[in-house]
Amino acid sequence: MNSLAGTDWWTVTTILCMALVTVVTRGFFFMSSKPWSLPGWAERGLHYAPIAALAAVIVPEMVMTQGHLISTFKDARVYAVAAGLAWFYWRRGMFGTIVAGMAVYLPLHIGLNW
Amino acid sequence: MSPIFRHPEFKLGMRDMSSVAPGIASWGLMTGVAMVKSGLSLPEAVLMGLTVFAGSSQLAAMPLIAAGAPMWVILATAFCVNLRFVVFSAHLRPYVMHLPLWRRMLSGYMTADLSYVLFTRRYPQASSDATVRLAQEAYWAGNSAVNWASWTFSSLLGIVLANAIPPAWGLGFAGILALLGVLCSLITDKLRAVSAGVAGAAAVAAFALPLKLNILVAIAAAVAICMMLEKPKISPVANP
Repeated sequence: MNSLAGTDWWTVTTILCMALVTVVTRGFFFMSSKPWSLPGWAERGLHYAPIAALAAVIVPEMVMTQGHLISTFKDARVYAVAAGLAWFYWRRGMFGTIVAGMAVYLPLHIGLNW
Repeated sequence: MSPIFRHPEFKLGMRDMSSVAPGIASWGLMTGVAMVKSGLSLPEAVLMGLTVFAGSSQLAAMPLIAAGAPMWVILATAFCVNLRFVVFSAHLRPYVMHLPLWRRMLSGYMTADLSYVLFTRRYPQASSDATVRLAQEAYWAGNSAVNWASWTFSSLLGIVLANAIPPAWGLGFAGILALLGVLCSLITDKLRAVSAGVAGAAAVAAFALPLKLNILVAIAAAVAICMMLEKPKISPVANP
């Protein structure tokens, strides 16, 4: 593989600008130091935002394939999520949730191709 | 800076993040693999792994870079995929505004999904008290240190092992399971359960939107519905 020769300045610049985009988006409202605060209703509403963001990120990853809802039960993710949930409500540990889920996921996914 | 690292909250922040670190690491690993497989050269992949620090925008940008899309299209895509962080920064603003600009921007850079979620779970309210602020900064620093290290080192490992780990194994699913565990730990009352349910359903329904805008739509829908369902405050005017 010709990996060193494949580097070009256009891509390097793009990557560095992407890092800048990360800083700008995540610190978007930190940049100006003018005194300013969110209206009360918005602040109240934001208490529901973290959980909504997480659910929005993970639910499609659990129940969709190629932009469509899964229509088969031969999908390892369904059982992995069930195992993860079961562990979480039984023992309350994050690490256990990951291990229990993957212990179900990997055999079904790699072994049975689900 | 050193009182932050000696503070007991620093250790607690590290511990809370450590319990989900395997999920972050497996996700970083698969992002590293994906960077190499998408055609980035070794130095390019390493540079991206060390600087960009945003899994979803990296995954969205890779096919565009490979296709030679115009730079502004790639950057606009990265911006839109990161829009949820703009919302997070509005939420976190009162926690950081007493800090100098460079510290605020460093905090911003470190705001990944999980650090935001764990931090707001531990500290639902910003404070003007110096002791509480120090505790918050320490917790945040502990959180971010573990998050950054597990993400970055696993990305680099993924770059090295790119040809040894078949993406078809789906190791990245561990990242989703880590987020699932955190999600469950956040469901502490009925309205938060509603928020999760509405956001999940809306994200699926709006999945066809470009640039992962379904996530933003889902957050907006969930927040709006939860605010409508909140018990209205009893106002003296409405109750004569």
